[in-house]
Amino acid sequence: MRDVELKMKERAAELLKSGEVARVIGWKKGEFYFDPEPSVFETEAELENFVYNGFCGANLSKYLIAASKKPGKTAVFLKPCDTYSFNELVKEHRVVRENIHVVAIECQGKLDISKIKKLGADAVTEVEELGEKVKVSSLYGDMEFAKEEVLLEKCLCCKGKEHKAADETIILHEMPETKNDRFSGVEKLEAMTPDERFAFWKGELSKCIRCNACRNVCPACSCVKCVFDNPNSGIAAKANDTEFEEQMFHIIRAFHVAGRCTDCGECSRVCPQNIPLHLLNRKFIKDIDTLYGEFQAGDVPEGKTPLTDYRTEDTEPGKVFDAEGKHA
Amino acid sequence: MQRIGVFICWCGSNIAATVDVERVAEVIKSEPGVVFSANYQYMCSENGQQLIKNAIKEHHLTGIVVGSCSPRMHEATFRKTAEAAGLNPYMVEIANIREHCSWIHKDREEATEKAIILVRTAIAKVNLDAPLQAGESPVVKRALVIGGGIAGIQAALDIAEAGFEVDIVEKNATIGGRMAQLDKTFPTLDCSACILTPKMVDCAQSDKIDILSYSEVEEVKGFVGNFSVKIRKKARYVDEKKCTGCKVCMEKCPSKKGFNEFNMNLNNRTAIYIPFAQAVPNVAVIDPQQCIKLKTGKCGICQKFCGAGAIDYTMKDEFIERQYGAIVVATGFKPISLDAFNEYGYAENKDVITSLELERLMNAAGPTNGVLLRPSDGTHPKVITFIQCVGSRDTSGCGKPYCSKICCMYTAKHAMLIREKYPDTEVHVFYIDVRTPGKNYDEFYRRAVEQYGVDYIKGMVGKVYNENGKLMVQGSNLIDNEQVTIPSDLVVLAAAIEPEPSVRKIATLLTASIDTNNFLTEAHPKLRPVESPTAGVYLAGVCQGPKDIPETVSQASACAAKVIGLLVKDHLKTNPCVAQPDETMCNGCSQCANVCAYGAITYVDKEFRLGGGKTEIRRVASVNPAVCQGCGACTVTCPSGAMDLKGFSSKQIMSEVEAICKM
Repeated sequence: MRDVELKMKERAAELLKSGEVARVIGWKKGEFYFDPEPSVFETEAELENFVYNGFCGANLSKYLIAASKKPGKTAVFLKPCDTYSFNELVKEHRVVRENIHVVAIECQGKLDISKIKKLGADAVTEVEELGEKVKVSSLYGDMEFAKEEVLLEKCLCCKGKEHKAADETIILHEMPETKNDRFSGVEKLEAMTPDERFAFWKGELSKCIRCNACRNVCPACSCVKCVFDNPNSGIAAKANDTEFEEQMFHIIRAFHVAGRCTDCGECSRVCPQNIPLHLLNRKFIKDIDTLYGEFQAGDVPEGKTPLTDYRTEDTEPGKVFDAEGKHA
Repeated sequence: MQRIGVFICWCGSNIAATVDVERVAEVIKSEPGVVFSANYQYMCSENGQQLIKNAIKEHHLTGIVVGSCSPRMHEATFRKTAEAAGLNPYMVEIANIREHCSWIHKDREEATEKAIILVRTAIAKVNLDAPLQAGESPVVKRALVIGGGIAGIQAALDIAEAGFEVDIVEKNATIGGRMAQLDKTFPTLDCSACILTPKMVDCAQSDKIDILSYSEVEEVKGFVGNFSVKIRKKARYVDEKKCTGCKVCMEKCPSKKGFNEFNMNLNNRTAIYIPFAQAVPNVAVIDPQQCIKLKTGKCGICQKFCGAGAIDYTMKDEFIERQYGAIVVATGFKPISLDAFNEYGYAENKDVITSLELERLMNAAGPTNGVLLRPSDGTHPKVITFIQCVGSRDTSGCGKPYCSKICCMYTAKHAMLIREKYPDTEVHVFYIDVRTPGKNYDEFYRRAVEQYGVDYIKGMVGKVYNENGKLMVQGSNLIDNEQVTIPSDLVVLAAAIEPEPSVRKIATLLTASIDTNNFLTEAHPKLRPVESPTAGVYLAGVCQGPKDIPETVSQASACAAKVIGLLVKDHLKTNPCVAQPDETMCNGCSQCANVCAYGAITYVDKEFRLGGGKTEIRRVASVNPAVCQGCGACTVTCPSGAMDLKGFSSKQIMSEVEAICKM
């Protein structure tokens, strides 16, 4: 990974130096090794803190909404899965494609620090990725784990190594893919009785502290004015009054991103309460796949989504639910 | 704050018998904004309207609620009343306390409570109403008729007669439709082609009518007075302008094994063909599935022999786009598939046929030149059994729940014609009921029974099976209360009719509503039977419901009257209840434009102040109010709620919901 980081840094410096771009969006060192954060670099000097490691899971595409409005071009480092969100933003005219220089980068799967911590490795100082294994160095010594055990949820269901948007690429090693069934979690929920399912979500959603991290990180949640911030919408709220409200927040959000959500998994990744929010989105994705045929949001930067397109061969409304009220 | 007047109508006893109108008028007085309330026997009467007008003036009302019948009945009436008294017509809300309340409830207490809730809901809405002004849009003085059967032909002729241009789009190679396939017509027994073909010729000769045969509607945009329609002219591989209809190509074509659809597949036709002798246009068409040249590249015989040089194997589908003020749908019907009716042995026995097949077997231009011969061995059938209601009035799920309406009459016609032409033939008819309402219809049926001695058996057939070449028809005779088996030579099934399946696509393109049986829905079953609820779209013929030729022609002429009434206008008032984006919240994401069925939404780049002297250019939605139909699809699609509908704002709808929930 070090060689990839160096190459990216070098390229960022070149792009800034040549004036080809006015800024580069990447990751900079955080307080610890395992918390690099998205950052905008406008000078070569700022690149000193540039970093790219196994913990750079953050999807940088949403930062381009603001960046593409600024004068000059913006370069951005996008992992394969991030390019889907990027395309979706281009499709919705939230990002001006011509103003962006996409550097498509290598990704070996990103790591989940909470999983690593749970496995007993605290105060992590470095992680070395060795194919199927990862070597975690910490203040208390070195440990080795199987990679699958410590990957982020989204990386367990990798969308593939293909970048769906790229102006140039930095790929130095073969990229692995995980091929887990991303709907297995949804299927478990579908198998529950309505009461069980309600209890499950009540348990999960009552943990919500309404920090809005899920909304703020979501590339599909890019409204100029969010309904939850708009006193005229009738549903604006800064905090949860009742259990019912927090369900509404997440469910309304899932509805708003339905058909546009690329399943980038950022909502679950950033949730400080570890609510499996991606399951709501994946239920929608699974239903859309079932009812309208396989669809991957962000596959292409143009066209309509199944929910905003009407074809005569579309499923009839009655078919969405079967007679027993069970979901299709 | 609004000053609202509430007017509760008794509708005679329609509402007052179930709803305590006095109490409703009394209770809602305490609702916010209400300054006046009254109840009256017939609010829609002159006196009732005067009561409203007086109250508007005396109490300086800024909005009114009328608790009465459905807004589909009298909303327009009360809007005009309000306007006459100086109130903006869009400050009127109707609380439907008849169809939604008194008619569906029995308990007076419950109904009264619900009426109060409904009126309260309308009050909540009128509190947030704002005066709206209707705009104007021009009318394109040209009509489109979809379907070139007798319905489409009649509608087109009548519209053309009034001086307007009409296009007939027909998916087949000729106009004429089902009627062209019929032999004789009931109850007068005149030849179908003899009365239809003059009308077909009139269409062809009219300088106002453009026949687009072998064409289909691909796309419809726009709205009443201003439809823009994309039509696919399918490649017929024959130049319409050059072909003289001489039929030499048909004589020479070596590919002779195509099914002759016009003769219900009872005989074969060549790959290049003219459907029938009187086809309009009288121009050949090549079936690309069957043509050797188009399939293998080798042949070209028709081209070689065509004196007019009309054959063009390289022809491609063509698209034309035209503007219309009104659209008539006349897509017609087809007999249902009999796959689900194994008991009648239709698939196994060649001599079990449908009534439409019998029409062709009796027609002089048919496969047997009008001599009634069995399809299996070409002999004269001596015993013929008709089975009625095959798939009609069928609640088992195999067929259709409705009565196909025409079968009783055509079966009587067939029976009579056979007995007339072949007196030595024995004719039996199994029926559930014989339904013959209509001028000279019952007389016609009685003639079949009394004069021609047709044996009508009340009862249903359980099974038709082949025994040594005889078709054994096993059924019950309910009058004699016995089981009967009739050894027959020919069995004729009166198959139910259903709307031509392509109507579903047409309905979708036109956003015209359709019922569970695929019949197009009329705007009002009694009072607006030829209009679709979609403005500017009219319905003629069986696409709206089963009907015979006289009814179809009447409906087509009625459609034409409606179309002419529309096309003579230069401008139409537009609905001011249109979408409006809040640009400060619009993301410019295009989702609203994606769902807009009318193409009313475009995007513009606008500069916005961000404060601190900064500005930002954003892409925002812009609605063309002349094109928007106020369907509201955009408002529910917009994730940020930037799109709203005038007169039906999200706030109004939410306040209505709150009013309902507030107990």
